[in-house]
Amino acid sequence: MILRLAVLGLLAFMTLPTVVVIAVSFNPTAILSFPPAGLSLRWYANALTYPQFQRAAVNSLMVTGGAVLLALPIGTAAALALERGRLRAPGAWATVLLSPLVVPGVAAGLGFLIVAAFLGLLQSRVVLIAAHVALVLPFVVRSVWVSVTNLDPALERAAASLGATPWRVFRRVTLPLLRPGLFAALLFAVVVSVNEFVVSLFISTRVNEILPVAMFTYVVNYTDPTIAALSTLFIVATFLVVWAIDRVVDLSAVFLHHR
Amino acid sequence: MARAVVELRGCTHDYGALRAVDRVDLTVHEGELLSLLGPSGCGKTTTLNLIAGFLEPTAGRIVIDGEDVTHRPAHERDLGMVFQSYALFPHMSVFDNVAFGLCERRVPKAEIAPRVRDALGLVRLEGRERERPAHLSGGMQQRVALARALVYRPRVLLLDEPLAALDKKLREEMRGELREIQRSVSITTIFVTHDQAEALGLSDRIAVMDRGRVEQIGPPREIYERPTTRFVADFIGASSILRGHATTADEVRIGDRLLRVAGPRAFAPGSEVEVAIRPERVQLATAQRDNVLEGRIVRLSYQGALTEVTTEVAGGQRLLAFVTEPAPAPLATGQTVRLHLPPDAFTVL
Repeated sequence: MILRLAVLGLLAFMTLPTVVVIAVSFNPTAILSFPPAGLSLRWYANALTYPQFQRAAVNSLMVTGGAVLLALPIGTAAALALERGRLRAPGAWATVLLSPLVVPGVAAGLGFLIVAAFLGLLQSRVVLIAAHVALVLPFVVRSVWVSVTNLDPALERAAASLGATPWRVFRRVTLPLLRPGLFAALLFAVVVSVNEFVVSLFISTRVNEILPVAMFTYVVNYTDPTIAALSTLFIVATFLVVWAIDRVVDLSAVFLHHR
Repeated sequence: MARAVVELRGCTHDYGALRAVDRVDLTVHEGELLSLLGPSGCGKTTTLNLIAGFLEPTAGRIVIDGEDVTHRPAHERDLGMVFQSYALFPHMSVFDNVAFGLCERRVPKAEIAPRVRDALGLVRLEGRERERPAHLSGGMQQRVALARALVYRPRVLLLDEPLAALDKKLREEMRGELREIQRSVSITTIFVTHDQAEALGLSDRIAVMDRGRVEQIGPPREIYERPTTRFVADFIGASSILRGHATTADEVRIGDRLLRVAGPRAFAPGSEVEVAIRPERVQLATAQRDNVLEGRIVRLSYQGALTEVTTEVAGGQRLLAFVTEPAPAPLATGQTVRLHLPPDAFTVL
């Protein structure tokens, strides 16, 4: 009985923020109050037509898309090198690649800001994309790495003995067998990049800011439920993405027991 | 003599400070099945990997079909290989696995399907083209691996302990089948194994390896009956090795008994020597005969068709004898028996 209550309490604790945000988003009044006073979609209309949000959504798409497209091949190459390559200090390389996980966002953000200012790239998306690549790389490397360790080197030797050039071996054997890891990496990279806030805040201007930063700026200036509506859309979109990927590959197989 | 297809000339391979293969010279002739036999760590798999092109020798040359391929990568050597784990591509159907080598050789599409079908027919796996390897039994996976390695008619077939992962009964079946297939396509084959029964039953010739060197090479019967080194005598079958004093060129004294030894190698009279004898050549002596040792039975192990009799002869040396059942007389531990050792059964080490 006590155990059941504890489980229910934990469930409530974990879902409450989401529930509150969703409920508030339908509130017809202009204050962020709970419980809502009625039902309305006016804040959804407001969120979707607010020009700065539209601009930020495009920025998010470009930054996340660019970062993921760069991070996947880089991370895959890194994972293969860490497992297979004859690196002199694989431990040191792994630490460098995974370090963005432990470096505080504020420190990283400041670093990227200084670099961006130095290069005169404060208005462009280039530094944002670079920062996001660095931030999602640990997740990509880890996910692909697990698939690489599960890959029997005899398979690649077999392919070579059958006459496949190194590139053909990679295309026909290595890459298809890394698929589960690559999908997990893709999912992680998208989620991490789309939700990234701290570092992006440092290097964003009105021109290139991404959605989380735009939402934060909005909250600082206005206190109506528009932001709750946008958050709800965000949650729904994330759910759809995870669900869609789960339809393609069995995510529980990727996360729970690798092969 | 048949044409040499694979030649190793003084091949050496070092893993760091460890010398895995040590100046190996080896010639494999057209159509023959040569086994590399030895305990784990003897360098047989490294030797195979050198031939396959997965490793480059530290020193020495590898010649295939008269061409020096020492520095040629694996995919340009045109060999077929079957791996211990089979190494079938799990994301491809049986058909695509077998077709892999043909696709890489740019064989026209129309030609691929019939050739894959023929190869699967050769290993008696017709009708399984669409299945995934994981859905097949170990024995079937083995056949797919063999079909995949044979379908493009490679110059040489390399087999890396291909039967080791199968259970005993299946292994014996596959052994016979492997030999038939190898004969029917008459492909030059190099077979790596640690199982002497496999090597003896399958091979045209066996190269026994130990610590990176080829100890002895020859037909199975020669390897078994005339081992030239102590290692080969010990590793192949069960040999008893007896130490004694050579009195003349063909006589050795063990304890107070004189034994005559008829072999290709003579003794240096007056020296301490070692001779080896196979347990199945040792006979229980019934009537008085020459070349007899007296031994006290220390262990009896009944095996059905025969009994392994371990005896202790003069000087505490052990002598093993296989007595075919039913035994001529009941045997018991502690009992003293007379053992006849035919002069021509000895190998001088």
